[in-house]
Amino acid sequence: MAATTAYVPSPAPSFWRRASTYFYRHPRLSLLMTLALPMFWLVVIYLGSLLALVAQSFYGVDSFTGQVTNQLTLDNYRLLLQPANIDIIVRTVTMAALVTVSAVPLAYPLAYYMARYASPRMKMILYVLILLPLWSSYLVRVYAWKLILAQEGIVSWFAAQTGTSGLLDAFLQIPGVGGTSLALSNFGIFIAFVYVWLPYMIIAIEAALERVPKSLLEASGDLGAKPRTTFRQVIWPLAFPGVVAGSIFTFALTLGDFVVPTVLGNSQYFIGQAVLTLQSTSGNMPLAAALTVVPMLIMGVYLWFAKRLGAFDAL
Amino acid sequence: MRSKRKHLGDHASWRLKAGAIFALLFLHVPIIVIILYAFTTDERTFRFPPPGLTTKWFETVITSRPDFWTALVLSLQVAAIATGAALILGTLISAAMYRAKFFGRDAISLIVVLPLALPGIVTGIALRSAIGFAGIPFSFWTIVIGHATFCIVVVYNNVIARLRRTARSQTEASMDLGATSFQTFRHIMLPTIATAMLAGALLAFALSFDEIIVTTFTAGQQQTLPIWIFSQLARSRQRPVTNVVAVFVILLTSIPIMVAARLTREASSEQ
Repeated sequence: MAATTAYVPSPAPSFWRRASTYFYRHPRLSLLMTLALPMFWLVVIYLGSLLALVAQSFYGVDSFTGQVTNQLTLDNYRLLLQPANIDIIVRTVTMAALVTVSAVPLAYPLAYYMARYASPRMKMILYVLILLPLWSSYLVRVYAWKLILAQEGIVSWFAAQTGTSGLLDAFLQIPGVGGTSLALSNFGIFIAFVYVWLPYMIIAIEAALERVPKSLLEASGDLGAKPRTTFRQVIWPLAFPGVVAGSIFTFALTLGDFVVPTVLGNSQYFIGQAVLTLQSTSGNMPLAAALTVVPMLIMGVYLWFAKRLGAFDAL
Repeated sequence: MRSKRKHLGDHASWRLKAGAIFALLFLHVPIIVIILYAFTTDERTFRFPPPGLTTKWFETVITSRPDFWTALVLSLQVAAIATGAALILGTLISAAMYRAKFFGRDAISLIVVLPLALPGIVTGIALRSAIGFAGIPFSFWTIVIGHATFCIVVVYNNVIARLRRTARSQTEASMDLGATSFQTFRHIMLPTIATAMLAGALLAFALSFDEIIVTTFTAGQQQTLPIWIFSQLARSRQRPVTNVVAVFVILLTSIPIMVAARLTREASSEQ
């Protein structure tokens, strides 16, 4: 290392280095630039659309021509209070609640097994087995129940083979549940809804159960609690946020669906179908918008409660 | 110790296992039924057991149903572009959310999830209202906008999960060694999140490919594959054709899901 090394001025920093330094010194600006495009999309396009929806619901409709007028009115909301529309809302919310409540006991054993007993490899296999139906076409899975529940389909065949056709017929007679066939009944709609949304519930409960430390269960057992008590006092309270998280999906998705009731239902409308018919056949966008505000509000309240119950930490 | 065995043994009780197996069967038997009916000779009803088995419906779909192929191509195009948009937007949001704490952070995490957490008709009819107000004709691009909106969250979830598991020290080391933030992004961040981005993109693709509720409201005359299938359900002739298409769809969507699952698993086992 002779002293021949002359002083060489370092070359002027490249454009990229200067830009990098500039952004490093201005974190606010770089944050703004990162978020500009996505925020434009989500705030302007998406939230803007939600506002447009709410605005739309206050537009009047000329009763003679059926044309949308520019007069702001509460008529659409008044129409929602008609018995027929109240019926639709009550029917849909009841269905969403029943589907949600039924999905929990169905999902729990599998979720618990995955969280507690499955080896990592087994867990991975189970994950894929649960997610595959969820992601493989939703329409196809609804259609499957049409095949299974059809008058000449599997369930009827099974009933005939086991000599329980009488039982099936009696079941179909129950008002509000049955219908001309299982494929055209509220029961059919119920089963299909539970079926299509079940994976969400399993995954959500499993995620919550996975975070319950084993030592807590051991402590409970050591302190003399029976399995039932451990479940009630320790596991269930800790799993509950997961149940609520899963219920957001089962509830919201049931509220906003028109495919299942169209494929498996009879002439009784659910919110989704009513909205679709109002928008397409009747061309009454304002009333369709007002009817859509109902599930929006319900979900707003639901999400608020869910947040208080800690469901978002479980997601 | 004896009493503990009851609920804390290494083996699940038979009741728990039975419940788990029941749920798995419940999830998969209907899919097997779909596949079975793709081979039935009965084209007008859903008779069980099928009176006979045939593969002629596969030929019918391949050779004489161009309407199916048009719908399939449209769906693939929509899914590809929507996924691309969601990939960029979702990755940008996760980068911002990971790096900084700022005012409105919680609000952003809520807005991202909203298109998926609100009932499908809400997103659908909201976009329809906005598109109507703006006077934009319903087209291929309005479908893409709708799909990209609810696909963002899938990419975001995958990428942010990966970022949270990545040690900050790596990027700090890179910057300390004189790399610019662009070089750090290119050589450190991107390789770390690449598989998460891919997994997110695959899931977004599958989600878009399958979506019907929002699409019904944002499409004009276009028929995506789910809309085509939905219109087929009302027809009473050539019913097994729907099942054949269903089998195609199941195969087509399973592949990206399996690959995505594999990608996320490999990443988590590296940790």
